[in-house]
Amino acid sequence: MWWQNRKRDADVERELRSDLDLEEEEQRERGVSPEEAHYAALRAFGNPALIREQTRAVWSCSVLENLARDVRISIRTLFRSPGFSMLAILIMALCIGATTSLFTVVRSVLLKPLPFRDPDRLVMIYEHFRDPSMNSQDFNYNPVAPADYYDWRAQTHGFEDMGAWRYWQFNLTGEHSELPELVSARGGSWNLFPLLGVDAAIGRTFTESEDRPDGSAAMLTWNLFERRFGGDRLIVGRQIHLDGKPYTVVGVLPKWFTYPDAKVQVWVPYASGLPPGILTHHDFHFTRVVARLRPDVSLARALSQVEAVQYEQHLQNLHAPVAEGVVPKTLIQDLAEDVKRPLIILLWAVGCMLLIGCLNVANILVARSAARQKEIGIRSALGAPRRTLIREQLIESLLVSFAGGVTGVLLSLAATNWLVNRWMDLPNVQRIRADGEVLAFACALVAASGLLAGLLPAISSTSMAAIAALEGSSRSVAGSQSRTALRKTLLTIEIAATVVLLIAAGLLLKSFWRLRTTDVGCATDNVLTMSYSLPAKKYDTPEKVNAFNQTLLERVRTTPGVQAAALGSVVPGAGPGEDDIFSIPEHPSTAPGAALPDALYRTADPGYFSALQIPLLSGRVFTNGDRVGRPKTVIIDHMLAEQYFPGENPLGKHLHMVAHGNADYEIVGVVANTLQQVGQPGRATMYIPVLNGDHGMGLTLAVQTAADPLAVSVPIQRQIAELDPELPVSEVFTIQQTIERSLGNASLSTSLVLSFAALALILASVGLYGVLSYLTTQRTGEIGVRMALGAQRQQVVRLVLGAGLRPAFYGLALGIVVSAGAVRLIQSMLYGTRPLDPAIFAAVAATLLAVAALACLVPAWRASRIDPMRTLRTE
Amino acid sequence: MSSMGKQPQRANLLQGTLDMLILRTLLYGPAHGHQIGKHIQRTTNDFLQMQHGSLYPALHRLERRGWVTSKWEMAPDRNREFKYYRLTDKGRKQLVVEESQWKQMAEAVARVMWPAAEES
Repeated sequence: MWWQNRKRDADVERELRSDLDLEEEEQRERGVSPEEAHYAALRAFGNPALIREQTRAVWSCSVLENLARDVRISIRTLFRSPGFSMLAILIMALCIGATTSLFTVVRSVLLKPLPFRDPDRLVMIYEHFRDPSMNSQDFNYNPVAPADYYDWRAQTHGFEDMGAWRYWQFNLTGEHSELPELVSARGGSWNLFPLLGVDAAIGRTFTESEDRPDGSAAMLTWNLFERRFGGDRLIVGRQIHLDGKPYTVVGVLPKWFTYPDAKVQVWVPYASGLPPGILTHHDFHFTRVVARLRPDVSLARALSQVEAVQYEQHLQNLHAPVAEGVVPKTLIQDLAEDVKRPLIILLWAVGCMLLIGCLNVANILVARSAARQKEIGIRSALGAPRRTLIREQLIESLLVSFAGGVTGVLLSLAATNWLVNRWMDLPNVQRIRADGEVLAFACALVAASGLLAGLLPAISSTSMAAIAALEGSSRSVAGSQSRTALRKTLLTIEIAATVVLLIAAGLLLKSFWRLRTTDVGCATDNVLTMSYSLPAKKYDTPEKVNAFNQTLLERVRTTPGVQAAALGSVVPGAGPGEDDIFSIPEHPSTAPGAALPDALYRTADPGYFSALQIPLLSGRVFTNGDRVGRPKTVIIDHMLAEQYFPGENPLGKHLHMVAHGNADYEIVGVVANTLQQVGQPGRATMYIPVLNGDHGMGLTLAVQTAADPLAVSVPIQRQIAELDPELPVSEVFTIQQTIERSLGNASLSTSLVLSFAALALILASVGLYGVLSYLTTQRTGEIGVRMALGAQRQQVVRLVLGAGLRPAFYGLALGIVVSAGAVRLIQSMLYGTRPLDPAIFAAVAATLLAVAALACLVPAWRASRIDPMRTLRTE
Repeated sequence: MSSMGKQPQRANLLQGTLDMLILRTLLYGPAHGHQIGKHIQRTTNDFLQMQHGSLYPALHRLERRGWVTSKWEMAPDRNREFKYYRLTDKGRKQLVVEESQWKQMAEAVARVMWPAAEES
């Protein structure tokens, strides 16, 4: 092909030449003067270059060959200015890489249906309280009570079946209590797996007869099976010990099954291990219900049946927290609820950045096409069709975005990996990977950005007006006016997009700073926490529980480096823990149908408040006398006192708690408020003595140290191991680490948006600088004339600055208007920050103008240095 | 506009007709591009002014289709090499086809244009 081309070209050349010579000879023979003969021959022949071109085109007929030629030309052009090419490719690589990465994550997490049988017909059903106060924060999706679930399943017919699961956690040990390990577990109803269409990889799933409170079957997830049991298939049928109780392994779940999240290690039957009575309760909300819709029934009809059953239950339990209605939720929505908004915001952010990148490359291409104006004009005059010229420019920008795209996809593989590792609790993590669809997306992205970046400059530079400019002298400025206008428009859009990104980043940053500096209401410096949970089988009496806890506290308090120690169910900032309803015997009973007051419920030892530096406001803290067998006491926080004892002294009054012994607890003290979780509004809290000896809850040991708190963690863990070698300790963190972990994703999305915004700002300023440099070079003559006529240097600087800052101002105004609408999107992600925060808007405007001025300053200075004599001479 | 009258009247060749004319010209024997162009021009009394712009691409198109072959040969009168085109057997067959097509076409056009002449 190519090798023949060269020979053929020479051949055509020779043929034309010989025939042309012949024509010339003939003219001469006719008596025309040699010079005239030469021109006459040329006239008769027409444009030899065009003939050559067209003759060659006969042979290279295929589109592919044309394309190959254009690609070769474009590559050569790109290599001729490597700086530009590298910059453009780098910009494209970053933008396409980031967009592809985010698309990969978004698709896997938010779009791809879960890998179950007929996933479209699966739906989660939650209980829904209509009380406006419960919906004030967010629409409430309340977990389901076991009795409600059983009623729904038995009494409605719109669903093929309903399955249930609940959270659980076990201390997994060997047969002789060796190798204790805290494992995340789920209790799943026997029909859950068939309902999802999941079969065991080895063995079987649960049977109906195993799904009872005394059931002792267990299934392993593939992770645990491989990790702890070395993938030994003989484990099926054998026993494992969970919380000291033997369970028979009946099956192993397939490797791909990571529902509801990948941390789950063990499944037990739903009812297994629950106190028998709890299954008949309508007000213990801890169950998630997955239902499969019958194909011939609409979701609305099926749900209305469930709603009717639920409302009946509500009427029969007016005083208990039994919801009036139910709400559906898709499985994906259920899993991805917390990550959906940040992901969408990030997607918008990278979209913005991609747009900025494309505009920037377009801008650079316009500048280059301006430099090549003459070349294009000449080629066009020589008969190159406009189509060919546009095609060549398009191919150039497509090549840039293709090279950028390939680099970008490689980058995105690494970036996706990084993102997935950094992003805690991202659902469906295993399914996040680049596949054909992602590749197709990247290709579409490359094509779209190449077209966007190439088409604008190509059309403008080959327009007839530009070619007309060739005819005029180099002094002509008018011909390129339209191109300058185009560049300014591109720049304005680019700056507007940058402003939107900057404002979003600024708001997120401020919100994050607010979160970081939130006071949780207790000591956070040098406080180490660790959690353990005493197994009910071994610690079967409150006395045994107390003996362990008190001995441990004594030992810890005498450990070197420890200043104080506290023991309670949860520490501030570590999450809400449990909550419970109560009534106040001293107050008139609430009207029927009204919900009972509800508060966070936690335990505390006598030293808890002083060790964590939570101030006592009135009354007293617990003593060693507040323990099992003695009169029941409770300490409330300021918020509870304000809410339920307004204008009266709560001390000596009582809280009646049904769930905790159905007894009256005397209020002995009021302490200051603490915050259960950063970023959430505080809730009323009540504290019960840890020495009541309940073992239902996990315990958190908090240790205040003088120096580095992590240094005492090993000595303390050793103390615990000495007391009970089978007891696993988990969550060893300082309070600060716990708080930071709860902010982890906010910090990640904030820093990502921030880096996108920073990149956008750099791109925009580079764009601004480029446009202005170009503009200044083009107006050199004009400026020279102005200066020769007496213009001062300052006036020249002002002239150029004005030309550069005008698009910056327009872009800023446009960006602020767009932002005012766009901030709605991130409103719910902001904490303690208004979406239209004037400080942020002002700061962004100032930053942008400063950067823009900086970018304009160099060209402006250069313009003021123009030597009028030299420019006039060159004119 | 005034120069219009001095120039001989020209007609645009119908698409594909040029191919037929070239093939017919080569029936007399091998010829190079200049000769072919001149021959067509002369034979039509300059009615068809040959545009080299279309002649050479047409020649190469015919060669590509295998209807003519080319060879650099010494010209008997000029003592210099020219690229001579020669009709192939395939080209001969093609000429017959094109000729009959052209005839049909011309007859069809004639029937519409001069219906009386057809009857007489």
